[in-house]
Amino acid sequence: MTATEALVTRAGRGERPAKPPRRPTPHKGAIAIFAGPFGVLFLLFYLIPIGYAVWQSLLVVQRDGTYGAPEQVFGGLAQYALVFQNAPFWESVGRVLLFGVVQVPIMLGLALLFALLLDSPVLKGKKFFRLAFFAPYAVPGVIAAIMWGFLYSPNLSPFTDVTRTIDFLSPELVLWSIANVVTWVFVGYNMLIIYSALLAIPSEVYEAARLDGAGQVRIAWSIKIPMVAPALVLTAVFSIIGTLQLLAEPQVFRSFSAAVSSTYTPNMTIYATSSIPNTQLAAAFSVVLALATFALSFTFLKITQRKAAQ
Amino acid sequence: MSLLTRTAGATADDLKPSRGPRESILSRGAALVVMGVFTLYFLVPIWWLFIASTKDRGDLLTTNALWFSDWNFFANVGDLFAYNDGVYLRWLVNSLGYAGIGALLATVVAGMCGYALAKYRFRGREAFFNVVLGGVLVPATALALPLFLLFSQVNLTNTFWAVLLPSIVSPFGVYLSRIYAAASVPDELIEAGRIDGAGEVRTFFTISMRLMTPALITVFLFQFVSIWNNFFLPLIMLRSQELFPVTYGLYSWNTQLNQIPELRTYVLVGSFLSIVPLIVAFLLLQRFWRGGLGTGSVK
Repeated sequence: MTATEALVTRAGRGERPAKPPRRPTPHKGAIAIFAGPFGVLFLLFYLIPIGYAVWQSLLVVQRDGTYGAPEQVFGGLAQYALVFQNAPFWESVGRVLLFGVVQVPIMLGLALLFALLLDSPVLKGKKFFRLAFFAPYAVPGVIAAIMWGFLYSPNLSPFTDVTRTIDFLSPELVLWSIANVVTWVFVGYNMLIIYSALLAIPSEVYEAARLDGAGQVRIAWSIKIPMVAPALVLTAVFSIIGTLQLLAEPQVFRSFSAAVSSTYTPNMTIYATSSIPNTQLAAAFSVVLALATFALSFTFLKITQRKAAQ
Repeated sequence: MSLLTRTAGATADDLKPSRGPRESILSRGAALVVMGVFTLYFLVPIWWLFIASTKDRGDLLTTNALWFSDWNFFANVGDLFAYNDGVYLRWLVNSLGYAGIGALLATVVAGMCGYALAKYRFRGREAFFNVVLGGVLVPATALALPLFLLFSQVNLTNTFWAVLLPSIVSPFGVYLSRIYAAASVPDELIEAGRIDGAGEVRTFFTISMRLMTPALITVFLFQFVSIWNNFFLPLIMLRSQELFPVTYGLYSWNTQLNQIPELRTYVLVGSFLSIVPLIVAFLLLQRFWRGGLGTGSVK
């Protein structure tokens, strides 16, 4: 530490240490002080847990006879074989993928529409709408799910006329009822990200189009949307990640609807498996889910980048 | 760059002339209707929650759900705070502790790291940054189980630390701080600091950090929200209810509604109270986070 401090102060005074053959990094100490804490924390609470989960997923529990003490031994990919045979897990993966294919485009489409309206000269009261639409983001997923759970309920809802005829908590509809909760929370957040990107477009870009007599819709379609494409990609990636990780809302809905099983989403499967407890299998689920999330968002990034480059 | 060329092409297209002020009145009206309808969609549920928390148990089921009957709000809040030796207040304090302390530390740590990545050259810098970016794509929930397994090895599960420690790592904060520092802290200023004899660390805390304020407030707010909203980590780590954050506490009450029906009022009032601090924080700090939000997305 003292060596580091010495380096910092020396670097601070602008004195150069004697030059060794290979040019040293200047301000090494300062860099260590600035980047070190994050590096250590990232290692401890990101990299090591990931490594540990991978290690756990390679173990199996063996017993000496029926009543022997359980013992963890290296089992290779045995847990992964179980993961691939686990029908409820793959059902839950299919369920969140279906959820994402429907919900993410609707949510981002609405967010884009609202952002374009906020950015267009035809709308009055922008400040109010911006805040009103963003307010649900301040509601945690658990609370939003509890609230909507009551709103969907056949007796307590303020809209009992609707909820008595349509059962939003039935096995057929409950997935889309949950999708509505997620959409309600996140549209405003995504709207603001896209809106910030719209604000960053210099107004000269529109001048030529306006002189040519382009209408607002045409400007939005041909200029604004292509220019905010990077923001749309960013929001899409975060939404894909969020969808695969779905946990709080369906977990809460278990209290309102019997249709939501304990393995309704991949994360719920992981939680249910870990509380059996079968930590090795749960770890294998976690690894598969993390890899799938990473692969999906990475692929999406690559595809959209290639499209943008064309 | 490719985007710019694409847009340039688009403006050169033959653009139809607009049809004049008639259309503009129509589209004004249409825009207002669309936004008005969705304002109801976004605000009515919160309004309902507020109304519900002002009613006693009888009125809740029998009176108009979207308008006041007898004002019982403070009585409800009093009952909520008294229930179960005031465990709800305890949960609120816990949430503020997890989110406040966690977000503050996360912001300082991420801000420093982003600054180092933006303003210093060192070997392995890009590799380090890429690993951190990979971390942005690994969501916090994917880490909850591994963290639980690891923490149970060192007997840290079911403690305050089990939720706090993992919350002070924000890869997204590093990403945002780096972009913002690169754009807003001039190299000349750091160089001037060096000539004046200020150490690198002092320059950071006295000058650079101030220039990075909008980004740092954004990082703080979003980390605060993500810790406040985090559900999986407390769910998997905590067993004692005196350690619960308010979201997990309300969830646990909600699961007992069938056995203990009087909890319903507490769940509703408690839910409403728990969202007030975040809404207030967002309203007060909006001029900061709005600037910062754009930084992350434009890049």
